Amino acid sequence: MQVHQQVSEYSDAIDLMVNMGPQHPSTHGVFRLVIWVDGERIVKVEPHIGYLHRGSEKICESEQYSQIVTLFDRLDYVGNLNNELAFCLAVEKLTETVVPERAEYIRVILCELNRIASHMLFYGVYGLDVGATTPMLYGFRERERVQELFESVTGARMMHNYIRIGGVKEDVPDDFDKNVLILLDHLKRGVDECDRLLSQNEMFLARTKGVGIITGEDALDYGVTGPALRASGVIEDVRVTDPYSIYSRFDFGIPVGSNGDCWDRYYVRVEEMRESIKIVEQAISDIPDGDISAKVRRIIRPPVGEVFVRTESPRGDLGVFLVSDGSDKPYRVKVRPPSFANLQALEYMLEDTYIADAVLVLGSIDIIMGEVDR
Amino acid sequence: MNMPEIVGLFFKASLLLFFILMVVLILTLAERKALARIQQRKGPNRVGFKGILQPFADALKLLTKEDILPASANKQIFWVAPLAVFLPGFLIWVTIPLAKEVVLANLDMGLFYITAISVLSVMGLLMAGWGSANKWAMIGGLRAAGQLISYEIPFIMAILAIGILAQSFNLKEIVDDQAQWPFAIKQPLGLFIFLTAGLAELGRTPFDIHHAESEVVGGPFVEYSGAHWSVFYLAEYMNTFTIAVLTVLLFLGGWQSPVLPFSGTVQTVASLSWFLIKTALVIWVIFWIRGTYPRLRIDQLMSFGWKILVPASFINIFLTASVLYYALPHWVITVVSLGFLGATFYFIKKGSLAGNKQDTVTIINSSDIRAQLSNKAEV
Repeated sequence: MQVHQQVSEYSDAIDLMVNMGPQHPSTHGVFRLVIWVDGERIVKVEPHIGYLHRGSEKICESEQYSQIVTLFDRLDYVGNLNNELAFCLAVEKLTETVVPERAEYIRVILCELNRIASHMLFYGVYGLDVGATTPMLYGFRERERVQELFESVTGARMMHNYIRIGGVKEDVPDDFDKNVLILLDHLKRGVDECDRLLSQNEMFLARTKGVGIITGEDALDYGVTGPALRASGVIEDVRVTDPYSIYSRFDFGIPVGSNGDCWDRYYVRVEEMRESIKIVEQAISDIPDGDISAKVRRIIRPPVGEVFVRTESPRGDLGVFLVSDGSDKPYRVKVRPPSFANLQALEYMLEDTYIADAVLVLGSIDIIMGEVDR
Repeated sequence: MNMPEIVGLFFKASLLLFFILMVVLILTLAERKALARIQQRKGPNRVGFKGILQPFADALKLLTKEDILPASANKQIFWVAPLAVFLPGFLIWVTIPLAKEVVLANLDMGLFYITAISVLSVMGLLMAGWGSANKWAMIGGLRAAGQLISYEIPFIMAILAIGILAQSFNLKEIVDDQAQWPFAIKQPLGLFIFLTAGLAELGRTPFDIHHAESEVVGGPFVEYSGAHWSVFYLAEYMNTFTIAVLTVLLFLGGWQSPVLPFSGTVQTVASLSWFLIKTALVIWVIFWIRGTYPRLRIDQLMSFGWKILVPASFINIFLTASVLYYALPHWVITVVSLGFLGATFYFIKKGSLAGNKQDTVTIINSSDIRAQLSNKAEV
């Protein structure tokens, strides 16, 4: 058996180098983690990214503004609507378009449901990472309900292209309100059920408590955002601290952890689903009638200038930096993806852990490779 | 030994193999159906009526798949490993009785034979890990060696206590000894140790560490495909059945049943089905555990084995022996054993993190944050 060997800088023992990924079942896409192990202990890790690089940002420069929305769908392919929203907000800010109330409410409802769907996917996959198969099915069952609603509204299950510059593509179906209420009812029970199944499980606690700890300060230094940052005790949620769209009208909670370990990162997401349900409930009760899109020109030519927009995607702080040269195509689109920044902290979190923990820590950051590589 | 005898033995062994194969096929379907039930889905329901032919379709698929030999694999070890895992598991079956008259060879040292043979399968897993020339397989093989050897000790200790209690290593006599009270009542601690260590021996959830899909990508089996892989699969399910059968034989009274008004062949069939029902219940518990629990980490597994199960098994054996030596009534074992079982659970609870429950995540209301932010802005 041929073994690539490297003498570790920490001890005299000869370490075994193993490749976790790009073809490994629990790297959540095509992510490669080179690990040097001493027995079961991790001595050193080296993340490699770029296997899913598609040059999205560059393609954006050769497309018209309205055509770019669909490219943003494909960045974070689990939280599509949140990504569409980020880009549309950027263009609207640049062109100073005022979005009609009804469109704003539809956007918020769909984005929050999208957050729930995304966290449900995380829940299921995290269950698989710890070795329990049932959470996967439970999580996907709930996500499927949300997808069904999305299908009835946008016509697509994942790549919606529904949120457009100036509003949304078309009005929601007549039975939208009713369907959302039914869905919320299911989701409430679903979240509770998922919570009961895994969160307080003895072995789950043993596996995730105190693993992959990152302090609030270090998390900020690494640029970690979203649930991963809040789990470390930092109160930072763009929806509240730097509100966009109409989020300042809603009353909801921000779950904040205190240990910054895997369990906190996991549980912050579970609680976030409950809070998202509250937002949707408030939004659906006072959704107004009216237009669903502002009057925008077919070919949008924003004034020369640049703009930066922050939004809270399911994974964290999603920023879009847009430079316009006055033509119908952007001069530059820069995305600040939350997964990419969160992934930087992986090496730090994996210090002094076991092989089995590498899977858990990676899972708890909840990366989407489409967003990391762009 | 003359010719007819040899032919007879050969025939019996083939019958046993056929029986085991059938059981494995049924078990794979049963597990998929049971898990599906737990996970709120239907499970296989396309091949045959309600999917009952699914295992046959699977077996056919596996046998017709290409057997891949990795370029740098150690060929001999790689090909022999599945057999080295399967054979010890199968050899055990020589002495396991399914009913009073249904047994291939009723050995007087049956239990001793079983414990001695079952250890051998570790070697097969290690060979598979080494022969594959794959690092994940190697890590998995080493995990398997550590895990299986550690849990062998409490496993054997729990069996020994039964031997002491029944004053025999003959499985038939052990079952006969349980005519009045099954040993599960006399040895609750022993039952717990035996089932837990048995699960670890099988490498089933929550102890499926050596072939964890999400960590070591299938461990020793990662490079195997087709028929050779299916032999591992076969061995795993056969061992599941073995553990369930042993649990029934040693703790749940085997084929002992409430009085049935039968005699002769009917009696045998009735007690056999009674036995199989008990086994099915134990197997259901094993599936149930698989449906609900996540997996432990290897160091947690080791510390659980050495710090909790091994001491508990020694206590169990000491308790049984001293009660028998001083000729105390048997209910003393039950009471003290229950006490120690409680103590074991207490130590499990205390040693884990269940004490500091969920209060690490607090929910801060958005209006509070907004108020703080506007205060800051005013300042």
